[in-house]
Amino acid sequence: MSDIAARGAPRLLARDPARKPLWLAAAVIGALLVAALPLVASEYWLDAIVAPFLILSLAGLGLNLLTGYAGQLSLGSGAFMMVGAYAFFAFALRAPELPAPLALIAAGLISGATGLLFGLPASRIKGFYLIVSTLATQFFFGWLFLKFPWFYDGASSGTIALPHALSLFGVDLGGARGRYYVVLVVVAALTALAVNLVRGQTGRNWMAVRDMDTAAAVVGVPTGKARLQAFAVSSFILGVAGVLWAFAYLGSASVQSFDLTRSYQILFIIIIGGLGTIRGAYFGAAFVSLLPLALDWLSQRLFAGHVDAGLLQNFQKAIFGVLIVWFLIREPEGLARLLQRLVDALGARFFHPRS
Amino acid sequence: MTAAALSALDVKNISLSFKGVKAISELSFRVEKGEICALIGPNGAGKSSLLNILNGVYAPDSGEFIFEGEPLRDIHPLEAARRGIGRCFQNNALFSGMSVIDNVIVGLSRHARASLIEEALGLPRARVQAREFRARALETLKLFDLERHAEVIVRALPYGVQKKVELARALVGGPRLLLLDEPLAGMNAEEKQEIAAIIARLNRDLKLTIILIEHDLGIVLKLADHVVVLDYGKKLADGPPDAIRDNPDVIAAYIGAPHGELAA
Amino acid sequence: MSAFLETLIGGLLAGTMYSLVAIGFVLIYKASGVFNYAQGSLLLFAALTFATLTDQGAPFIVALAVTIAALVVVAVAIERLLLRPLANRSPMTLFMATLGLSYIVEGTAQGVMGSQIRALDIGLEDRPIFLGDILISQFDLVAAGVAVVLVGALSLMFDRTRIGISLRAVADDTRAALSIGVDINHIWRIVWAVAGLVGLVAGLLWGSRQGVQFSLSLVVLKALPVLIIGGFTSIIGSIVGGLIVGAAEALAETYLGPLLGGGITPWFAYVLALIFLFIRPAGLFGERQIERV
Repeated sequence: MSDIAARGAPRLLARDPARKPLWLAAAVIGALLVAALPLVASEYWLDAIVAPFLILSLAGLGLNLLTGYAGQLSLGSGAFMMVGAYAFFAFALRAPELPAPLALIAAGLISGATGLLFGLPASRIKGFYLIVSTLATQFFFGWLFLKFPWFYDGASSGTIALPHALSLFGVDLGGARGRYYVVLVVVAALTALAVNLVRGQTGRNWMAVRDMDTAAAVVGVPTGKARLQAFAVSSFILGVAGVLWAFAYLGSASVQSFDLTRSYQILFIIIIGGLGTIRGAYFGAAFVSLLPLALDWLSQRLFAGHVDAGLLQNFQKAIFGVLIVWFLIREPEGLARLLQRLVDALGARFFHPRS
Repeated sequence: MTAAALSALDVKNISLSFKGVKAISELSFRVEKGEICALIGPNGAGKSSLLNILNGVYAPDSGEFIFEGEPLRDIHPLEAARRGIGRCFQNNALFSGMSVIDNVIVGLSRHARASLIEEALGLPRARVQAREFRARALETLKLFDLERHAEVIVRALPYGVQKKVELARALVGGPRLLLLDEPLAGMNAEEKQEIAAIIARLNRDLKLTIILIEHDLGIVLKLADHVVVLDYGKKLADGPPDAIRDNPDVIAAYIGAPHGELAA
Repeated sequence: MSAFLETLIGGLLAGTMYSLVAIGFVLIYKASGVFNYAQGSLLLFAALTFATLTDQGAPFIVALAVTIAALVVVAVAIERLLLRPLANRSPMTLFMATLGLSYIVEGTAQGVMGSQIRALDIGLEDRPIFLGDILISQFDLVAAGVAVVLVGALSLMFDRTRIGISLRAVADDTRAALSIGVDINHIWRIVWAVAGLVGLVAGLLWGSRQGVQFSLSLVVLKALPVLIIGGFTSIIGSIVGGLIVGAAEALAETYLGPLLGGGITPWFAYVLALIFLFIRPAGLFGERQIERV
């Protein structure tokens, strides 16, 4: 029964009219807070913590559509981010007359097309085999963008950086606040599109394929098409996230910015945050961004910085591993579900007190 | 018009084997429009395999079936759905992580017209479609008295209710032939009566042709217009329920033979 | 012609090293249906433990015994803490759990034993020898010999021992095996320990060639295409798949590489595996599964 309640509650809640005001209020307050954040937060916080958190959330969202909703495992998230970033760089360099918002969309589309191409095997195969297809993407593009100077404009460092400070939607990307708002707008817009998709027929088809693909085909779901759509949409979002990661957060990027470790990180985000939920990507990204900071702070406090950085990194790695396994065993719906329970408990306390 | 064109389904010489083991051999029978045809026989007789061929999950080794005048073999499940062949599985095959109404709406997939872009951007066509689908799904749920469960995640429901959800999902897309694989299995007597009544009603009101696999002979003989008996992938008997009940081969297979066990 | 043969033979021999990693995968996949992404980390753990012990002055045989004991402990822990709680969960969940496991094993092993690169001397010199006019690496030859011996030993174990027979029963039909009283948790412990031993052998060979370091765990990525080509359920398949990948990589780097600017080894095997997937989704020696609905 606990499993049942665990699965059932989130969806019920989203449509439960009695609880709607609570959620609406939370959403409005949240929106006001994020819009007003630059007024209170320092540039360091915006640049080093909030922006990467939002971008990682977007990447997690992209992967969650493919893995959490459509049930297709991918270890190639980094590659699709890479394709987006390098495509945007190529537009900025070689077609500077193209307005940046259009270039952003075009870069996403190129990444989406790449996803479609490397997702093609998914229309025929499933399960583990996809790991190979997505790893192939990772290794192939890691090679391609390093091998041919055309992609990084022959820079001796092998990195890509925009030729001049960019403005997106008329906002100068030079300053931390400008970058924050650009990231916020893009992430919010794509989240809205993703919500529309997962609540529509597209999302239902994805979940049907995930839950039982033979039955899905028999009741009339075009399963192959649904899988490919998931690949394309997921890669589109990851591609846009890659552009933001490279140019709104890092400033300059290389193949290493989007290596296999990045792909693992994005996967961890959705496992910890919650597979198959939109908000899970945000929770997971927040967790993944904050845990290293917390560990760092803790080691400063406890050992006054005498801990070797390499040791700390290994320690952190082991902790992530333990968390992944723990969440998979105890709470497959991740933080999204844990927080849900917390909200429910609080709600029960304040709105229906048991005298 | 020939007699063949009038039948809903004409199974012709279908054979199927797995790893060299014959599951169905040279099976032929005919299902008339608007009738309930029961497939009976012991486990492993090839009943479910036949349904799997009819909606494209398996490809037959040889033979074909004619559905609404068109000869078919080795079709894709999706094509079977498009042609109006609906199906309920033996083991519950609902999408367990989705709500009741979402499960049923998935059954409308083949009628979807709004594109991915339209859905993502929430354009009018996608919104109209979403409203229409929801209304149609609710209407179908009403047939089964399931509206109040619409938003519940299916795995939270008792087995008997889940079975009804699956029927609703198979029905919502408007099939012309419905394949039911042991829809009454695992239910208590009361639930059995309820589902049997629903099946009879669907057949009567919607003029739906139904092929039904069922072990409960009592219900089969009451419900079916026509019974086909399978044993080891071969047809043992084929005829109206009364004739089947009195057929000595069937009696021998079910009462006499050691492997023939038909739960009454 | 002899240059071609040299490349081919070198590739085939290198391929047996891939096979060694792939065999560990196949064992676990057959017995527990788990796609063990942590196989590379276990390999790293085994080699690192061994190297640390010998660095501390432990004799070869002691180091070997302690490492094997550690691998058994790890296998028991994995069965208890990971496999048992996740029984009956989807293959995707199990895969992700082994990805988490690989982080635990790598983080802990390197945190405790250090992440610097270690030399590992198991008394094998990497000296080239001539067969006729073809130059062959002696090291590769020994590695290939080890692979052959290992496969022989494993097939003996499967065919002749009670454990092996129960294991095959579990692989064929888990439910039936359970019903006749096979202790599946015990089988899992043993299989994971054996896979750890296979990892140890592979880790010692790889480690003595390129040093014991983090990148050792990345051989898991080399084994994946091998599994796709050979099939997930066949030990012979991992051998043949390893040979194909090894030979194809060597030939491709020599003859195709220059056309593409070189350095194509990291992805070539994957592209090859994808082509195989389209032609033969179950792999050369894998079993096609029939879907029951």
